[in-house]
Amino acid sequence: MTVKRYYPRDWESHPPLIHPDYKSTRLRGPTRPLLPLNPGTGELTGPAFDPSILAPLDHDLTRNAARNGEPLGERIVLGGRVLDENLQPVSGTLVEIWQANAAGRYAHRVDQHDAPLDPNFFGAGRGVTDAEGRYCFRTIKPGAYPWGNHDNAWRPNHIHFSVLGPAVATRLVTQMYFPGDPLLDLDPIFLAVPAGARERLIAGFSMELTEPGIALGYRFDIVLRGGRSTPEDL
Amino acid sequence: MAGKPIHRGQTPSQTVGPFYALGLTPRESGYEYSSLFGASTIRTETRGERIRIVGRVLDGEGTPIDDAMIELWQADADGRYRHAAGSSEDPRRPDPTFSGFARAGTGITPDRSFVFRTIKPGGAADGQAPHVILMIFMRGGLNHLYTRLYFADEAAANGSDPVLSAVPEERRPTLIAQREETADGVVYRFDIHMQGAHETVFFDV
Repeated sequence: MTVKRYYPRDWESHPPLIHPDYKSTRLRGPTRPLLPLNPGTGELTGPAFDPSILAPLDHDLTRNAARNGEPLGERIVLGGRVLDENLQPVSGTLVEIWQANAAGRYAHRVDQHDAPLDPNFFGAGRGVTDAEGRYCFRTIKPGAYPWGNHDNAWRPNHIHFSVLGPAVATRLVTQMYFPGDPLLDLDPIFLAVPAGARERLIAGFSMELTEPGIALGYRFDIVLRGGRSTPEDL
Repeated sequence: MAGKPIHRGQTPSQTVGPFYALGLTPRESGYEYSSLFGASTIRTETRGERIRIVGRVLDGEGTPIDDAMIELWQADADGRYRHAAGSSEDPRRPDPTFSGFARAGTGITPDRSFVFRTIKPGGAADGQAPHVILMIFMRGGLNHLYTRLYFADEAAANGSDPVLSAVPEERRPTLIAQREETADGVVYRFDIHMQGAHETVFFDV
C-alpha cells in the first residue's frame, strides 16, 4: 500500500483552540498543548467512499427538499476545486455543505431565531470532486442571523463545508463567507483565523460560474494538507 | 472553471457549529434527509468481536456537551484499514463488509452519550497496539481534535505501543477505554474531557 506523509497542520493558517472572544471556546478548547504524534497507518489512511450512494439532487439545494415550489431567496451557483498544498487536485473526495435559509434560519430544531422556515429548503447537500478536484452546488444565498455570543452579535452570511480528503490527516471542516460582507470584521469566529489566512475563507464572485438568467456564481477553492508519497510496507 | 487556483496555503479550519446535524448526521437526528455515514461500521457478515464504544464529551465544568460530533476510524479485526486509496490488488485486502468509519452526535441520547457499534480492531502491521482514532468536532471547536482510544484489556500491547509510550505516564489513562460486560454485550467506556485534571490527550496529527 502506498501512503503519503503529510506536511504538518499549518498553525499560521488555523485558528487557536481557545479564542476568548468566541465564548464557546473558553470551556471547550483544550488548555494543554497538542502532543506531537508520529502517525500510524490509521492517521495516514481514510475512509473509502462510493459515489453511487449519492442521490441525483444531493448537489442541488434548491430542489433536494422542495415540497410544493421553489425555495425563496437569491439562487447561487457555488463551485470550486479541492486541491492539496502541491496544487494537485483532490479527486473523488466527499464535500458536504449545510447552511441557513435566505431568512437566516436553519431547519434545525435547536435554532429558535424568529425568522421564517422555508418549506422548500432544508439546507444540506453533498457532492464528490471530479478528476480535476472540482465540485459544484446550486443553492440559495444564506441570510445573516443573530447569535448569543455578545451584545447585538450577528453571524455573517456563510456556508459550512466538510471535506474528507484522502486521509484522516487531511480532514477539514470550515466555513465559506461572501465577499464584501460588513459583518466579517465583527465576527469572532472568522477573526479567530490568523489575519494572513482569513481571505482564504471568502469566496470570489465569478462570472464564469454565473448562469445567464438563472443564478450568480461564486468560487471557493479549498486547499488541504499536501504530502510526499512514500511506498511503505503496511 | 479552468484557470489558476487563488492561493495555495491551507484552508483554515472553522467550527462545525451547533447545526451540523443537517449536513452530517441528518437521519440519526430525526431529519428527512439521508445520512451517508451512521454510527455503525459493521454488517451482519463482518468478522470480529462486536463492541459498543460509549462515552460523553465533558466541558471545563464537567457538563456533558450535547452538540459535539465524533468520527471514528479504525482497522478491521485483522488490523487492516479499508483505505480510500488502497489497491484491490493488495493481497492483504481488508474485510469488505467493514467500513471502518462512523459518525455519532452527542445530542441524540438523553444522557448526551455518543454510541458507536463496531468491532474490536486487530493490531495493525505498523506494530501499534489495537486502537481507534477519534476526531472530535463541536460548537466552540475551532479546529477538530484527534485522539486515540486504546483498550484496557490489551495491557501488553499497550505497554509497547510507541504513541502511548510517548505520552506522559500520568496522562495515559485518558486514552484507555474500560471494558464492561453488559446484558447487551461488550461496552468500552470512553469519556472525553476537554479541560480539567483529566483533560484528554489530543494529538497534533
